[in-house]
Amino acid sequence: MPPTRTVRVLPRVHPGRMPQPLQECAITAPSARKGEPPAGAGTEPAAVELRGITKRFPGVVANHDIDITVRRGTVHALVGENGAGKSTLMKILYGMQRPDEGTITLDGERADLHTPADAIARGIGMVHQHFMLADNLTVLENVVLGAEKLHGISGRARARIMEISDAYGLGVRPDVLVEHLGVADRQRVEILKVLYRGARTLILDEPTAVLVPQEVDALFDNLRGLKSEGLTVIFISHKLDEVLSVADAITVIRRGTTVASVDPREVNSRQLAELMVGSELPSPETRESTVTDVPMLTVDGLRLSEVDPDGVDRVVLDGIGFTIHKGEVLGIAGVEGNGQAELVEAIMGMRRPDAGTVTLDGADLSHALTRARREAGIGYIPEDRHRHALLLEAPLWENRILGHVTEEPNSRRGVLNPGAARRDTERIVAEYDVRTPGIDVTASSLSGGNQQKLIVGREMSHRPRLLIAAHPTRGVDVGAQAQIWDHIREARREGLAVLLISADLDELIGLSDTLRVMYRGRLVADADPATVTPEELGSAMTGAARGHLESPAGESGTAEPAAGPGEAPASDGPASGEAATTGQDGTTGQDGTTEQAEK
Amino acid sequence: MNKSLKKLDGERLLLGLAAPVLAVVTALVVTALVLLASGKDPFQAFSEMLDYGSKADSQVYILNKATTYYLAGLAVALGFRMNLFNIGVDGQYRMAAFFAAVVGAQLHLPGVLHVLVIVLVAMLVGAMWAGIAGALKVTRGVSEVISTIMLNAIATYLISYLLNPSRLANLDSSGNVATPLIPDSGHFFSFATKGGPLWGFLLVAVVAGVAFWWGLSRTRFGFDLRTAGGSDSAALASGVNVRRMVVTAMLISGAMAGLVGMPELLNNSYQYSLNFPAGVGFTGISVALLGRNNPIGVAVGALLWAFIERATGHLEMAGYDKEIAGVIQGVIVLAVVVAYELVRRYGLRRQQSRVGRELAAQAVQTQNQEVPA
Repeated sequence: MPPTRTVRVLPRVHPGRMPQPLQECAITAPSARKGEPPAGAGTEPAAVELRGITKRFPGVVANHDIDITVRRGTVHALVGENGAGKSTLMKILYGMQRPDEGTITLDGERADLHTPADAIARGIGMVHQHFMLADNLTVLENVVLGAEKLHGISGRARARIMEISDAYGLGVRPDVLVEHLGVADRQRVEILKVLYRGARTLILDEPTAVLVPQEVDALFDNLRGLKSEGLTVIFISHKLDEVLSVADAITVIRRGTTVASVDPREVNSRQLAELMVGSELPSPETRESTVTDVPMLTVDGLRLSEVDPDGVDRVVLDGIGFTIHKGEVLGIAGVEGNGQAELVEAIMGMRRPDAGTVTLDGADLSHALTRARREAGIGYIPEDRHRHALLLEAPLWENRILGHVTEEPNSRRGVLNPGAARRDTERIVAEYDVRTPGIDVTASSLSGGNQQKLIVGREMSHRPRLLIAAHPTRGVDVGAQAQIWDHIREARREGLAVLLISADLDELIGLSDTLRVMYRGRLVADADPATVTPEELGSAMTGAARGHLESPAGESGTAEPAAGPGEAPASDGPASGEAATTGQDGTTGQDGTTEQAEK
Repeated sequence: MNKSLKKLDGERLLLGLAAPVLAVVTALVVTALVLLASGKDPFQAFSEMLDYGSKADSQVYILNKATTYYLAGLAVALGFRMNLFNIGVDGQYRMAAFFAAVVGAQLHLPGVLHVLVIVLVAMLVGAMWAGIAGALKVTRGVSEVISTIMLNAIATYLISYLLNPSRLANLDSSGNVATPLIPDSGHFFSFATKGGPLWGFLLVAVVAGVAFWWGLSRTRFGFDLRTAGGSDSAALASGVNVRRMVVTAMLISGAMAGLVGMPELLNNSYQYSLNFPAGVGFTGISVALLGRNNPIGVAVGALLWAFIERATGHLEMAGYDKEIAGVIQGVIVLAVVVAYELVRRYGLRRQQSRVGRELAAQAVQTQNQEVPA
């Protein structure tokens, strides 16, 4: 179904010589629109005005000719694919990097920002994607840290924190240790930290990436609260529905430059996405089923405990059991840190589980080494490609050997065959559209998407029987994303079994034949991707729902309302809660093993 | 595109050479300044070094010394290649040479076999001594830096305990304490030259260098080792048994260290005495650094080191301060480390920007093709 193009879609323009009419409609149109929040259009200078910002880096998509106007008292969204240059731009605004050209104007005044301290002094604050909090300090201590001169470190600081927290509805408790806070609470602490330092303009870098849908809504309420108090929020995201629901104005960045400014009331997410990508959108939809009834991977009773840095023995995986058949994609949803990474590493043999079996196509691999498992036909696309899938300073052709050094064409009888490996690298580069000038450049000089295409190509080249794909399209631009999905789908048609782990619920729902939800190291729910909604998955991911997620009935279909882990005597903090979880093995086993293929 | 790739490779070679050249030049400049400060003419000193260092007997001396340094450099480089800092080559080669000398003196075997047994004993002892550090690292998480330094000290005391007339050594007429002499059948051959005997063990060093190169760059094992050195986590995920690799690499490095004492033992002294050269393991670290853990580079480093030693030894007799050698060597190592890092970063950045430029050019091309459509 081709989208109906009702809204003006701006023509692709050559960067550098942006035609005047476009500039007109793109940049000034929204600010001339009336009826926006209190500030009102017209004479008041914009909170932030960026003009002609250009930044060059060695080898990276640079920012060029960026023009953005952010009015005071609005939520202004900055959208673009990964690698489009959003983060760089925000670093420039936050004084972490200096633009090569262009001007920054804050409240009508030219600003020259050399360091973040300059930016903070000018009322700009940044909430980073990865939180910068000290776990072993309380909220109060974290907020005050580095800003002791403002309000001291005790009574006055506490009063100020409570004042801010109440004013914007952040609901922060100053004396809780940060390590006891969930992700959403930590984010609110970060926001408070920035406000405490007197920020009037907040930059939020992909704030929703780590949140489940319900938490996202709460965050947006907070943002609206900030806005109504006259603060300005710059919101970076590539999740378009969220952007449309919260933003007052949207600027789209593509290939390092601003290509359009649009009014969220006038576009839908599909049109926005096309602006972002500059072409027709791919979709992860895969509806024709290729699932067979031949089991490929069977995991049973997997249990893994680990001593965490505090010396507490924590159960990371408990009673994990599932079967993936030939031609089936099993998707695992879950908030990060609930055991997905450990599950993958246990299946790969990188961690030794305490109990449980892993069977691949009838062969017991429970005690096999990682290399034996790879040779047995497990392909692996790790979550963190820099740490686990690449030798960054080695040339591409050596990276092609990585993980498959014992297999053809890389070596024979213990001796490497560099010639064959190089030829095969050339083939992968061509077939998987890896954009590189050659196979002798180091892996680190490729962009993330191209690195990932090389990895996918490498893993697929050994005809895996099982593919473990952890966040296969994370940090990958939309074009590469579509290609990676295509490769997975194609291999699946040929009988590949896939274990898919992703934080992108659309990707999970779109690619998977079966869905399971992981929460606190256990598989707590399953769902049919054809009927389940992201919201239902989201609530299971927070532990609110379990069992089989039934679409029309919503949560009511859950087998048992979280009587177990979440509410187990929580008096002693999370560690003991975890222990309580593991005590109830009966329910766990059920969750883990009763279902088989739903076909 | 192919042409630009060749250019890339040529450039890499150039950058590879740039670092050591930069380091040596820096060292010469600094040394010249030091000489000037001490009131001597640096050019005079340098030309004397060059003259003396290129004499026939000096050449033989340098080659003989370099043989030892080269083996030490390879032993250290092997560890470096997988991010293991085997500081213990020093202890390993002394232990190895000592026990090889003791065993070698007791045996009476036909020539080749006798030498072979001595060398094997040395490699075995070196490997075991290094293996302790490897085992400690994988079982108890002890840093190999700490444990090998400790093992060096233990080796020193163990040898001085055993190297005693009442135990494994004799007191000879000149008052030197030494193990019994190895009989003739256990001597390695030398080449007679007009500069004196050139140690035949040089050939073994060459073979070791070739084996080092081939083993690391052409075998699965070498690839695994380099992978483990490049990234622990990637090695683990790619199926390298990192723990076993640590132990194996330590064992090989130790076995290689076992060879370090052999040229001296089998070509020159035929016994382990109080005068047996010490500290060669540390020279090996400098040489490996200088040679960038590359077998040819290490060879150049070893030759340079031996040359500096020989030439500055002569300076002392010519009335210069004997610390000059130390200054030159110290500055070279320091400059090498800095220069390599600088050149590495520069090369990486250059490559990234080149890749970026080429891709941007491609993108513009495709964009231009799209426009008319």
